[in-house]
Amino acid sequence: MNKMYKRNPCKGKLIVVEGIDGSGKSTQIDLLYKWLQSKGKSVYFSEWNSSPLVKSTTRLGKDQRMFTPTTFSLIQATDFADRWENHFLPLLKAGVIILADRYAFTGLARDVARGVDAFWVRNLYSFAFQPDLTLYFQIPLDTAIERITTSRAKIKYYEAGMDLGLSENKLESFRIFQQRILDEYERMIDEFEFKVIDATKSVHQQQKEIRELVRNILKDWQGLAIPNTTHMKNGKGNKTGL
Amino acid sequence: MTKARFYGAGFPYKEISDLPGKLIVLEGTDGVGRSTQINLLRKWLEKNGFAVSDTGLRRSPLTQPGLDEAKRGHTLTPITLSLFYATDFADRLENQIIPALNAGFFVLSDRYFYSIIARDIVRGADPDWARNVYQFALIPDIVFLLKADIETLVSRIVHGRGFDYWESGMDIKMKDNLYDSFVEYQTRMIKQFDAMVDEYNFIVIDATRPVKDIFNDLRQQIKKLIIKTDYR
Repeated sequence: MNKMYKRNPCKGKLIVVEGIDGSGKSTQIDLLYKWLQSKGKSVYFSEWNSSPLVKSTTRLGKDQRMFTPTTFSLIQATDFADRWENHFLPLLKAGVIILADRYAFTGLARDVARGVDAFWVRNLYSFAFQPDLTLYFQIPLDTAIERITTSRAKIKYYEAGMDLGLSENKLESFRIFQQRILDEYERMIDEFEFKVIDATKSVHQQQKEIRELVRNILKDWQGLAIPNTTHMKNGKGNKTGL
Repeated sequence: MTKARFYGAGFPYKEISDLPGKLIVLEGTDGVGRSTQINLLRKWLEKNGFAVSDTGLRRSPLTQPGLDEAKRGHTLTPITLSLFYATDFADRLENQIIPALNAGFFVLSDRYFYSIIARDIVRGADPDWARNVYQFALIPDIVFLLKADIETLVSRIVHGRGFDYWESGMDIKMKDNLYDSFVEYQTRMIKQFDAMVDEYNFIVIDATRPVKDIFNDLRQQIKKLIIKTDYR
């Protein structure tokens, strides 16, 4: 394990999903969230790049194409830090299960793919804990790209790594950039103890394997109880309800 | 020509050639008189035929609106505050400071990242973490640390712009009022600056003296820097 990162010392559990775009991780974490909630666990869900405090700056930088690899890296780390200090850390201390759709590893993979120094960006995120479980959705690039191009309307400028001048063609640029990110993820498997999920398997099969892994880390574990005076909505739309 | 030197990896994705300009940094706590000196230096340098560009914390067009808004809300937590400032710093360095140095300007920087890491550490950040965040930073040609004792700072703040929430470190709630908090916070800041003097080659300037004496000291040091450089 990378020594810059502490193991989670809190009562709560930290479970994250990682992988390139189109690896199906969001579908899986959504199913996991609903399952844990139905079992009466206190669960909190958080998405990459969702801090309200940083939102306007990210918007401005993207719209005006003002980002360099370093400032892009730093603003994403700022966003993560805001969520870390105000949600992740206090809720982990309280004993909540945190489900994160992308974590620091997304920053490490993308930023190094953009050309920043690998040690520098590892230091940047080193206030975060090594998660209790990191599910890495491994998928061949072509399969992921096929999923994205058939399901999504348009690939965005920074998503495609167009800022790097890899290719004039957006799809070609996207392909080169995603391959670099994929390479970075593969390098991190041992470094950060990723559990590799074969993302070419059926959604149901993957979910079965994931629940088995989650059951293991929750064995004999008591998290924060849900007060019986309030009823959570039946599993829908209340993802940030804590 | 000054060879571009960085505290760490710099910007590995970018070719940065020799920089003919000079990066001059004025550091020190709030109320120590940095901006007064920068204005004097600017006039003096321009009078002597050198083009000047100035910069200071929170002036990046990328982060200024968002950072100002976040500070107004008083909801910025320490690591978030720290990284938001790092974004501001990196944007100015890559898009203003380095291009200006490349064009041969004297860049007068009102504070550099030393202030930011001093604040981070006072707020509980790991000192190595904070330093390593700035591995992309360019090593300045000269850094002045303007130093004054707490009594001098208090007197200048009271007779100047008044106590400010952030300058008094009220966000970390060490004391229940602005005065006590200012004294405590700035004392800790001075300690952090003192600890950096050797590490970052600060030239320490006694800032309790009259403005023109301080200016004379700064001018002498900058003259030496100019003499060393061949301007043909």
